[in-house]
Amino acid sequence: MRDRSFAPTRILTYLVATLFAAAYLAPLLVVVLNSLRTNEEIAQSSMIGWPQHMAWGNYALAWSGFCVAETCAGIRPYMLNSALITIPATIFSTLLGAVAGYAVSLWRFRGDVWIYGIVTLGLFLPQQMRLLPWTIVLRDIGLINTLSGLVLIHTIQGLSFTVLFCRNYYVAIPHELIRAARIDGAGFFRIFWRIILPLSGPILLVTVIWQFTHIWNEFLYGVTFTPGQQQPVTAALIALSAAVADIPQHGVQSAAVIIAALPTLLIYLFGGKYFVRGLTAGAVK
Amino acid sequence: MAALSIRSLSKRYANLEVLKGIDLDIESGEFTVLVGPSGCGKSTLLNIVAGLDRASDGTIEIGGRNVNDVLPKDRDIAMVFQSYALYPSMTVRQNITFGMECRHVPKAEQEKAVANVAKLLQIEPLLGRKPAQLSGGQRQRVAMGRALVRDPLLFLFDEPLSNLDAKLRVEMRMEIKRLHQRIGATIVYVTHDQIEAMTMATRIAVMHQGRVQQFADPDTVYRYPANLFVARFMGSPPMNTMPARLEADSSGPVVVIGAGRPDEVRLHLQGYDAAASYIGREVVLGIRPECIAEGERVFSAAAGPPVIVTAPVELVEPTGAETIVLLRLGGEPAQARISPDIRPTPGTSAAFALDTRRICLFDPETERLIA
Repeated sequence: MRDRSFAPTRILTYLVATLFAAAYLAPLLVVVLNSLRTNEEIAQSSMIGWPQHMAWGNYALAWSGFCVAETCAGIRPYMLNSALITIPATIFSTLLGAVAGYAVSLWRFRGDVWIYGIVTLGLFLPQQMRLLPWTIVLRDIGLINTLSGLVLIHTIQGLSFTVLFCRNYYVAIPHELIRAARIDGAGFFRIFWRIILPLSGPILLVTVIWQFTHIWNEFLYGVTFTPGQQQPVTAALIALSAAVADIPQHGVQSAAVIIAALPTLLIYLFGGKYFVRGLTAGAVK
Repeated sequence: MAALSIRSLSKRYANLEVLKGIDLDIESGEFTVLVGPSGCGKSTLLNIVAGLDRASDGTIEIGGRNVNDVLPKDRDIAMVFQSYALYPSMTVRQNITFGMECRHVPKAEQEKAVANVAKLLQIEPLLGRKPAQLSGGQRQRVAMGRALVRDPLLFLFDEPLSNLDAKLRVEMRMEIKRLHQRIGATIVYVTHDQIEAMTMATRIAVMHQGRVQQFADPDTVYRYPANLFVARFMGSPPMNTMPARLEADSSGPVVVIGAGRPDEVRLHLQGYDAAASYIGREVVLGIRPECIAEGERVFSAAAGPPVIVTAPVELVEPTGAETIVLLRLGGEPAQARISPDIRPTPGTSAAFALDTRRICLFDPETERLIA
């Protein structure tokens, strides 16, 4: 029998949980509400308030009409930039991470532990510290101020996470599987493609969600390494607030923020349960 | 033709020597079982033969060809693993054809080979299933099918039955033996289970501490264990071993257990000429539990008058098929296998018949078999 009585501890638990949830959700609520209010309305009352009538126009304006840095095309081109950075970088870093994780977990070779250690060390280096080295690298290979440069950065930096995730997942795969395949005559890549990859669904989903969210939301490299028209949406949002510094346009800004957050929100809504499940999924039977 | 020759093979990991100079010659068509306790090096040896691991020293020849530097896939071997190692995402059919696919065998030939093996192992209805949908015994069969389809010079089995429950293990044991008799394959089979070794092998290599202790047919290993380790490892319950003294009287050598005690046991030996130099010295006496039986037992009509000993009974274990009795011979503990319907009372003494023809004598220093 489950205890269904409302014991004091249970009430306290719900109370604390509700408080935390409210604290986390309040900013989102404010932005959503403001995205549906007209500028006049916000100016007359305050930043916090219920919309008098739904100002859906904010979204249309934010998407394709608003002026950012002397171009009046809304945030649509910047969303495209973000997609052009995020999608390839997510795919590359996930695939490379899977191959590397497979190599360090299932093919023991001299120095494998060191290589794994050095790759995952990247997790602990602050972003700012890597800014200058990346500047030099991008300059020397001629990718500075390009989307490809950002794809490269995110692919390589993402490896720290993707190798960690994949390696820890593949470690649970029995080595006898690899031995059997070697006797059957399969090599490194055939074993990966035919045996390991079909088992990797859960962990690939986890790394894709993780990488997509992080790269999409990334700001520092985006603002540093790309000029005006090439910027990802996170950087463009700042430019947008700068552009409206004289006459605040909170409604449109809020709508732009919501649009920019939409891809990761959707990924979370649809993939969130797999994410939690995948992170805790252990052995492959 | 020697299907497999191993010459002074050794394997070291840093400071640990797991294989110390292994020499084995396995003839074509033989069912060789490598048996020993865990950590004796038997699986390492098998992995080196398969090419999954490298030897530190020595040579390996398969079918007369030195394979030291040959990749596993080119050694003309097939292997069955303890965990079966079936590819989880593939169907049974794909599991079986994967090796042929890697070797670019034409599709039509693959189909034919799968059909043959599936028929042989009676797994036709399973071909479309995934490994997760199979029982332990079925997985075991598929794993064997994957090996059989290759038709290699050498089959390697790495403890293939240890993941099965007791009943299925006995069934599969018979099935593997039947399969060997039918297709006449050369098999090297690793196990820690001495019953598997005794029942299936044409020759047994008993391994311990990185060395082959004895390499002989099952009867020889059982009847004439090369040393005390083999004597105590093979057989269940194991051979009774106890300190004794070898003496001689007018009729020949006499082995005395508990010499000088009031209950000392004196056993006359016949045909133990090899032990002559040990007369007057300490030895280790070995006697199998089935060579100690109830007093009425006649071991062999030709054996002459039975040797009867009266000994105190300490413990009685009825197993159904027989009764195991723990008794004392000249003060030394020993196990006897007697008829199931005879149950001596613990704490009393009873008469036991001894088959003295099958006593083994070991050197207490070198632990080697004397006679």
